[in-house]
Amino acid sequence: MTTTVIRRGRLLGEDVVDLVLTDGLVAEMGADLVAPDGAPGADAGWSAADVTVIDASGMVVLPGLVDLHTHMREPGREDAETVLTGSRAAARGGFTCVHAMANTDPVADTAGVVEQVWRLGREGGFCDVQPVGAVTVGLGGQRLAELGAMADSAAGVRVFSDDGICVSDAVLMRRALEYVKAFDGVIAQHAQEPRLTEHAQMNEGPLSGELGLTGWPAVAEEAIVARDVLLAEHVGSRLHVCHVSTRGSVEIIRWAKSRGINVTAEVTPHHLLLTDELVRSYDPIYKVNPPLRSADDVQAVREALVDGTIDVVATDHAPHPMEDKECEWSAAAFGMLGLETALSVVQQTMIDPGLLTWAQVAERMSSRPAEIGRVTNQGRPIAPGEPANLVLVDAEATRTVESSDTASLSRNTPYAGLTVPGRVMATFLRGRATVLDGALQGAYV
Amino acid sequence: MSDTAASAPSPEVRTVLDENDISRALTRITHEILERNRGSADVLLLGIPTRGVYLAQRVARRMAEVEGHEISAGALDVTMYRDDLRLKPARTLEHTDIPDDIDDKIVVLIDDVLYSGRTIRAALDALNELGRPRAVQLAVLVDRGHRELPIRADFVGKNLPTSLAEKVKVTLTESDDADAVSILGGAA
Amino acid sequence: MTFTHLLSAGDLDRTDAVRILDTAEELLSVASRPIKKMPTLRGRTVVNLFFEDSTRTRISFEAAAKRLSADVINFSAKGSSVSKGESLKDTALTLQAMGADAVIVRHQNSGAPHRLAHAKWTRGAVINAGDGTHEHPTQALLDAFTMRRHLGEIEGRNVTIVGDVLHSRVARSNALLLDTLGAHVTLVAPPTLLPVGVDHWPVETSYDLDAVMEKSDVVMMLRVQQERMNAAFFPSAREYSRRYGLDTARVNRLPEHAIVMHPGPMNRGMEISADVADHARSVIVEQVTNGVAVRMAVLYLLLGGAADETIDETTDDEESA
Repeated sequence: MTTTVIRRGRLLGEDVVDLVLTDGLVAEMGADLVAPDGAPGADAGWSAADVTVIDASGMVVLPGLVDLHTHMREPGREDAETVLTGSRAAARGGFTCVHAMANTDPVADTAGVVEQVWRLGREGGFCDVQPVGAVTVGLGGQRLAELGAMADSAAGVRVFSDDGICVSDAVLMRRALEYVKAFDGVIAQHAQEPRLTEHAQMNEGPLSGELGLTGWPAVAEEAIVARDVLLAEHVGSRLHVCHVSTRGSVEIIRWAKSRGINVTAEVTPHHLLLTDELVRSYDPIYKVNPPLRSADDVQAVREALVDGTIDVVATDHAPHPMEDKECEWSAAAFGMLGLETALSVVQQTMIDPGLLTWAQVAERMSSRPAEIGRVTNQGRPIAPGEPANLVLVDAEATRTVESSDTASLSRNTPYAGLTVPGRVMATFLRGRATVLDGALQGAYV
Repeated sequence: MSDTAASAPSPEVRTVLDENDISRALTRITHEILERNRGSADVLLLGIPTRGVYLAQRVARRMAEVEGHEISAGALDVTMYRDDLRLKPARTLEHTDIPDDIDDKIVVLIDDVLYSGRTIRAALDALNELGRPRAVQLAVLVDRGHRELPIRADFVGKNLPTSLAEKVKVTLTESDDADAVSILGGAA
Repeated sequence: MTFTHLLSAGDLDRTDAVRILDTAEELLSVASRPIKKMPTLRGRTVVNLFFEDSTRTRISFEAAAKRLSADVINFSAKGSSVSKGESLKDTALTLQAMGADAVIVRHQNSGAPHRLAHAKWTRGAVINAGDGTHEHPTQALLDAFTMRRHLGEIEGRNVTIVGDVLHSRVARSNALLLDTLGAHVTLVAPPTLLPVGVDHWPVETSYDLDAVMEKSDVVMMLRVQQERMNAAFFPSAREYSRRYGLDTARVNRLPEHAIVMHPGPMNRGMEISADVADHARSVIVEQVTNGVAVRMAVLYLLLGGAADETIDETTDDEESA
């Protein structure tokens, strides 16, 4: 029986509490449960021997973060990331559960591949890896993949996405939305009209014309979002919209929700902070899909995250080896790292300016994503009897992001050299520390 | 005169040639050129920008008065042939205007100050690529000594022994307030 | 010059731009001398790094460098980095090891010269010889030089640029440079070939070529590729040349002094009729000669002096003569 005691943390940034974790659960929670030397209180069901005491004075205690959108690159591109290295990066970022997207090689379109990814996650032990199943075979957009088999597999897939590619065929999208109702699944759409975005490189606007880079117009995202919310309404299905990036998309989703359409939406940390002005440097570290947008779009998605039009923050962690980024813009891959900087970027853009509280961030980065993904043992409230998936954050710290300071195999973070607030000091996965004192625990550190 | 360098308001300036001195020198040089070359036939005057060009024009006017017909003066910019280009950021090019073919001509280069000789060396290289003159002669308003190359002037307005610490400043009315040759600075 | 690379015409302020044109004017005479060479860049190595085919521009830069006695290395690499295995970065580092003082880059992807210059893969000066649909600064400089020689002054002149502006790096560079030099620029094209945000450029736009002919001092025709028709930018070659092509009738409506220019290569019959191309007024061949002089000026100003800009030039007077 292992017991961990967390002293004097600020629960969701508010009340100071002590937490006692035993056998993977929160056993007790309350003020002053523990004396400074770690001795238990009078009614405690545990003794001082074999107890790890963690001083969390001043730290914010959050539920373990749940990411609905991560790219693990295994199987197929293990030079960029593996399930193990991605899990370690996730733990450092405060995540206890991530959803691994299906655009691997081979594509995760069968029970076999999703079970492999799921098992790799369990073996790694740094966080729960919940595979996302592809919507279409090979992401080809022609035939539905065996969604039911993936749902029934040991991986228990509930989120399906062709992310990287849009399910652009309207009939196929309709069928997918209908089909997953049988097992309470959800289609997560990467909204990008393919013909309007052929060879697109950056947000379409005055800057793309100036820089001579083919534009990716906002309407290519908004047109698909509009179509899909109407389809979801028509067939009575759930829809999830990945990485919302424009004001127009936000307004369509807001309208849809007001009509009672069952749509949820996510935004990435980089779309909360960075704009297309960064592309002036032609440095492909800023190349991402959907692209960095205008300052007005950034404003719109922040407001949407506050008012709930956008439900969650999801990283879209997209590792790429340096040769895919150290080249001319048009030849570079799309994508940015995100797991280890997500919470800091959210703190900088939403908490420190007073737009969201820590409790609201916990909803948007833990409970709500778990709910959308139908992950029952994650995103739970912090209370006695619940699984001990927790994060301790030193919100007063600041750190300068260094691209080499990462557990990921890749280095493509857009924040290198920036100073950001907050530092994850500890992460607990079912009572076991995966990160302690800011450092990864375990045999493979 | 005391010389407390940091607080000295301006270096000492001595005028060694005034406008009359300059005028007489140019007149004498004009006659010397004509005498040496037995007239102006086949003589081509090329001034080295910027002040060498003005001097060449003045010599050309005097020569025209003596010879009774128009004499032209050209300009030869030597910037591209300098040996010290890398010591400063890229210099602005001056205008080159060669009024006639230089093959088999007597080219008289005209400059304001002859010092190390490197400018004239550059001018000779430039001429080499424009053609083959019969002869190249050099006329200068002032020769201040301190040659670094085996170059000498054929026609000199004034020989002016100077120290390396001094600077020789030539002003001409075409671009400055007055005609004068002055020496600036030097140790006390 | 106030900077170490030439990546964009927009980087040049008026002083720099005029300085390049004035220097080119002096260097133009080198072409008519028996010995077409000056020793100025002797010992310097200039690399032509051409990822995109271009005989004319490469030869122009090569001639310019050789006339200044620089050593020229030609590196021709077709295809993008991904398909070829040898990346832009690797190529640049190899050139670095060879000691290139200047790298002239032509690449099919916008921004490639910027990456070379700012990622510090090469220590030499980077000159953009055309990157994707972004810019072609020396082309704009030689166009401005040609205009100045014909019209005397660029300030206040009306320059009309016609054609596929969306995909034209020549149009972008010209619009920026001509505005810097005080000209009024009008872009004429069908709406599909004008980029989003062109209203932020320092230009006017028009969909009607005939309306602007009479007040144009310069008409510059851009190349329009037939393939654009297949991507629905315009319905047919016939319709395009009828509405936007320069034929004799349109040329006759130009003012007497106006000049017709084209960056080349020309699509005779598409944006310019065959007889206009050979028209007495066209200065197209002259642009090629001017190109060498302008590129000599750029190479001289970037490489001919010290790299350090802190020394004041006014001490020239007192230098050793």
